[in-house]
Amino acid sequence: MAEMDVQLVAVERSVWSGRATSVFARTTEGEIGILPNHIPLLGALTDVEVVRIDSVDEGQLYFVVYGGFLSVGKDRVSVLAESVELRDEIDVDAARSDLDSADEHTAKRAKARLRAAGQPA
Amino acid sequence: MPAQLRVLRRRIRSAGSIKKITKAQELIATSRIARAQANVRAARPYAEEITRVLSALATASALKHPLLVERETPRRAGILVVTADRGLCGGYNANVLRQTEELISLLREQGKEPVLYAIGRRGVSYFNFRGRELAGQWTGFSEQPRYENASEVAETLVAAFTAGADDTAEGPGADGVLGVDELHIVYTEFKSMVSQVATAHRMAPLEVEYSENEEPVENISYEFEPDPEELFDVLLPKYIGTRIFAALLESAASESASRQRAMKAATDNADELIRSLNLQANGARQAQITQEISEIVGGVDALAAAGDE
Repeated sequence: MAEMDVQLVAVERSVWSGRATSVFARTTEGEIGILPNHIPLLGALTDVEVVRIDSVDEGQLYFVVYGGFLSVGKDRVSVLAESVELRDEIDVDAARSDLDSADEHTAKRAKARLRAAGQPA
Repeated sequence: MPAQLRVLRRRIRSAGSIKKITKAQELIATSRIARAQANVRAARPYAEEITRVLSALATASALKHPLLVERETPRRAGILVVTADRGLCGGYNANVLRQTEELISLLREQGKEPVLYAIGRRGVSYFNFRGRELAGQWTGFSEQPRYENASEVAETLVAAFTAGADDTAEGPGADGVLGVDELHIVYTEFKSMVSQVATAHRMAPLEVEYSENEEPVENISYEFEPDPEELFDVLLPKYIGTRIFAALLESAASESASRQRAMKAATDNADELIRSLNLQANGARQAQITQEISEIVGGVDALAAAGDE
């Protein structure tokens, strides 16, 4: 299967980079899946977004991405974000209790966290 | 003489305890420089990527975004000053503030009214003491800045900049808020361990560079989601945030380096002071002993002379 270079960069650190077969995210316009040899694209992701990277070596990886955007070049995908949470970093219980929060933003964040952690919302 | 000796001993003790403090500060600063430098490095990939993306975007769209276009008659210029929260770092704060004063007078010459924003307790107290009004102030993170801090500052500045778009000579425009027409930043650039330079940059409007000999970096036509104008709206504030964050990180590294040097000098001075005070104290002790001996000998002589009679 064709592969491409993918990097996930947060402002304060480079989170992940490696070879992958596909990247899934959602821009402000809608869901998007990127396979190798995608045409060059720049897209803004929604405020809180789950990004899935199907990496060659590590299998499916899920990240919660805050304030991110996406740039696709020739065989190269960069996801830039203000901050990123890894699946292991997510506190599932805290997210679950935030789910019913009155604050819309907190609830949205909790939902994305649960989705990235692979838990039913 | 015993009084003098006691005073000297007390001074030696106090110099010794000050030395302990400066030595500790020096060690802390040394360990922080390495971390600060690592942070500067860690933030670089994002900054490079966002610059690349923005230039691709700028080529694609018509460069009409307000953050890119110079205003016809700039009246007010925002200045963000990055200082430390604490002193004990040599000329670090003084240099930044001097650079700021230069920028302020330069802007005044150009007929622009400076509007001040300060980061760091030192800068805030400097302007407060002189009765200058601050349009915004942030403290408490000068040594270990986080991106949240930078984005908070960026939000305020971009809002002020946007509000300045419709200002007229008579006062605030339609939105009733007096904004700014330009944004400048004064911070300390970390050149190396021994050289940190206070510099001033303009952040907005961005200076668009058209370089001719540049290799055609990526002459690919991008697809945009959403369209370029909206993307610009999203990305430019982020870009300003990144610029501020980079400046904060560099300033933090510079602050630690300046502090390390200042504290090293202070420790060396304390050593020198203790050495010379020790010499003086020893001299005083010797003089005291000599005096006591001569007094005893004198006393014995006097007694012997009295017994002879």
